[in-house]
Amino acid sequence: MSTNKEYLQIEREKEWRAQLRKKIANKDRTAKTRTQMPELDPFVRIRYQDREVNTGLSAQQAVAEASRCLDCVNPTCIEGCPVSINIPKFIKYIEQGEFLEAAKTLKETSALPAVCGRVCPQEKQCEATCFYTQKLKKDPVAIGHLERFAADYERESGSMSVPEVAAPNGIKVAAIGSGPASLSFAGDMIKLGYDVTVFEALHEIGGVLKYGIPEFRLPNKIVDVELDNLEQMGVKFVRNFIVGKTASFDDLKEEGFQAFFVASGAGLPRFMNIPGENYNGILSSNEYLTRVNLMNAASDEFDTPIIKGKSVAVIGGGNTAMDSVRTAKRLGAERAMIVYRRSRHEMPARVEEVHHAEEEGIEFLNLTNPVEYFADQKGKVNRMRVQRMELGEPDASGRRSPVVIEGSEYDIPVDLVVVAVGVSPNPLIPSEVKDLKVTRWGTIVVNEETMQCSIPELFAGGDIVRGGATVILAMGDGRKAAANMDEYLKSK
Amino acid sequence: MNQIVEKVLFSEKVAKFVVDAPRIARSRKPGHFVILRVDEKGERIPLTIADADSVKGTITLVVQKMGVSSAKLFELNAGDQILDLVGPLGKATHIHKPGTILACGGGVGVAPMLPIVEAFKKAGNRVISIIAARNKDLIILEDDIRKWSDEVIVMTDDGSYGTKGLVTAGAEMVIQRETVNECIAIGPAVMMKFTSLLTKKYNIPTQASLNAIMVDGTGMCGACRVSVGGRTMFTCIDGPEFDAHQIDFDELIMRLGGYSDEEKMASERYV
Repeated sequence: MSTNKEYLQIEREKEWRAQLRKKIANKDRTAKTRTQMPELDPFVRIRYQDREVNTGLSAQQAVAEASRCLDCVNPTCIEGCPVSINIPKFIKYIEQGEFLEAAKTLKETSALPAVCGRVCPQEKQCEATCFYTQKLKKDPVAIGHLERFAADYERESGSMSVPEVAAPNGIKVAAIGSGPASLSFAGDMIKLGYDVTVFEALHEIGGVLKYGIPEFRLPNKIVDVELDNLEQMGVKFVRNFIVGKTASFDDLKEEGFQAFFVASGAGLPRFMNIPGENYNGILSSNEYLTRVNLMNAASDEFDTPIIKGKSVAVIGGGNTAMDSVRTAKRLGAERAMIVYRRSRHEMPARVEEVHHAEEEGIEFLNLTNPVEYFADQKGKVNRMRVQRMELGEPDASGRRSPVVIEGSEYDIPVDLVVVAVGVSPNPLIPSEVKDLKVTRWGTIVVNEETMQCSIPELFAGGDIVRGGATVILAMGDGRKAAANMDEYLKSK
Repeated sequence: MNQIVEKVLFSEKVAKFVVDAPRIARSRKPGHFVILRVDEKGERIPLTIADADSVKGTITLVVQKMGVSSAKLFELNAGDQILDLVGPLGKATHIHKPGTILACGGGVGVAPMLPIVEAFKKAGNRVISIIAARNKDLIILEDDIRKWSDEVIVMTDDGSYGTKGLVTAGAEMVIQRETVNECIAIGPAVMMKFTSLLTKKYNIPTQASLNAIMVDGTGMCGACRVSVGGRTMFTCIDGPEFDAHQIDFDELIMRLGGYSDEEKMASERYV
């Protein structure tokens, strides 16, 4: 479990790792080029909502890519990983051809390797701190692709390993919400022997992994396999249960729960509050993606309806905006546009997703902002007015803020608008717990070292603490909260 | 879980379901609602809790057959299970003692009105209830409403039962006759709109319980957004009750029709 330097050193000095390092000279390793991830052809993939774009590395490709890794004395890549995966160890297992061992290594610290390998922004995390990036100025080792390969290989092999768990200690703890933060927390707590229950408000477990991220990026069946793994370790999942509403914290304390991890996310969509925004055909990205991903609205066999636009504008530049616009394209949009008020350079979406969107024929209207919507007689949106922007002076945070170009307004015909300008913390838990300290943005205040809230038996993490952030940061919080809740309960 | 304990047909198109849901039965308050999903392919639909028995662990839902989901629910009988049921959701009604309450319920809106009428009566108010429907067959829960009201006025559009006329005619009669301190309106959006316009004329504070389109019911998507006093609110977490005089009813009515084409297609497929 420990990720300290000594432990990493001991692992690195094991005979098989030393042998492997000797097999290929470092200059030969660094001379190799990064293996490209195979992808479905854009013309094919835009016809299917549920076909994964990245098709995964072959075993041969994975071994080749793994052999680029230098197995550094000081593996800086690990510092870039919020859940501190022992990256060189799993990669060396791949190079060795021991793929199942690689998968086991991932599961020592990560509850969802097949998910993280797909959706983490590795270019900002592990791969940004890879020796190749930092010192050689070359393409980093494809850590994310290798992680995905190992997890996929294990799943397809049919021999999933279940991580060892400590003997049950009989102490009941609860996680609220079943997104990545909670799942990571649950995975660690169950390993420590706790009796863990995860409460979820929706009818499916997984949070944003199920309702948000589309099938073409993260198939639900892959999430389900990882959930199954947690269940086999002993984690209990309760669906259709809203802590604070279905039962209060006090009720649950009476039922024996001794501590809670609040990870209810930032599910509250923001709107821009501009004229016409409540017309029909204008929806939040959360609504749009939930209808398609959780409710299967794109299929006629399912009862939830969806508006299939021909000319679709998605407002925003993050991953949610990319997911929405690419979904619209797959549902038959002839014109699918990103409308973003800053330039391409400031887009918070993953580089890979922007690239994929571009390949799929998504139009980018950068430095453009909506100011008003118009509708037909039935109240259905049919036109949007936008204005052009230019980048002004950098603000306090160093970002150049967009400034309106006066007189630059023009109209675009649209029949569906998806608003993806961000989310706010879900107010359900903060409003149900008196005396819980929250910021003026509605996020829960925690001790950043321990993730403990102003109420000692409550810990919190993920988007309810950070506002809208990433899957892997949420998972990191879950791990940290688990370690500290364990300390807290032991010292009680 | 979520087993239907009892089903009572009020008419061909309206039925009462008593459902086993002990947690919800214990936690719910007047004004709360639930979201349910009938089966694997089903959509999530909101229904207000009409009654609950915390001892037996049941809640009561009243459903009108309108489209695919309500028709699917209608096919279920005592002993069957509802796949997913979550709640209680929304903010509870603010129960207090202003004096005389005029409760106006239209159609199946009478069902969610019942626990509110009961609570206001128990809080010591004089309660006058108007229950209105298109015709006699669609008048529901009359006896239950009577139990918690000082007076009940029944109105039907066609005069087949009670007094002929709209709910607003009954309401205006009461308002002109005596002092009304507060009004509640629950029913079709058009009915709530006109009730609200009437009470505004007489300056009577009025609460309306809105029936917006919902998906998750937990504040996650904004499908149920409504303009109240010029601000966008989410019916599922900020409501479902709002100050009726502040609600943009025309926008609400427009938004309720947002999926009418898709709903029609789905109904045709279902039949």
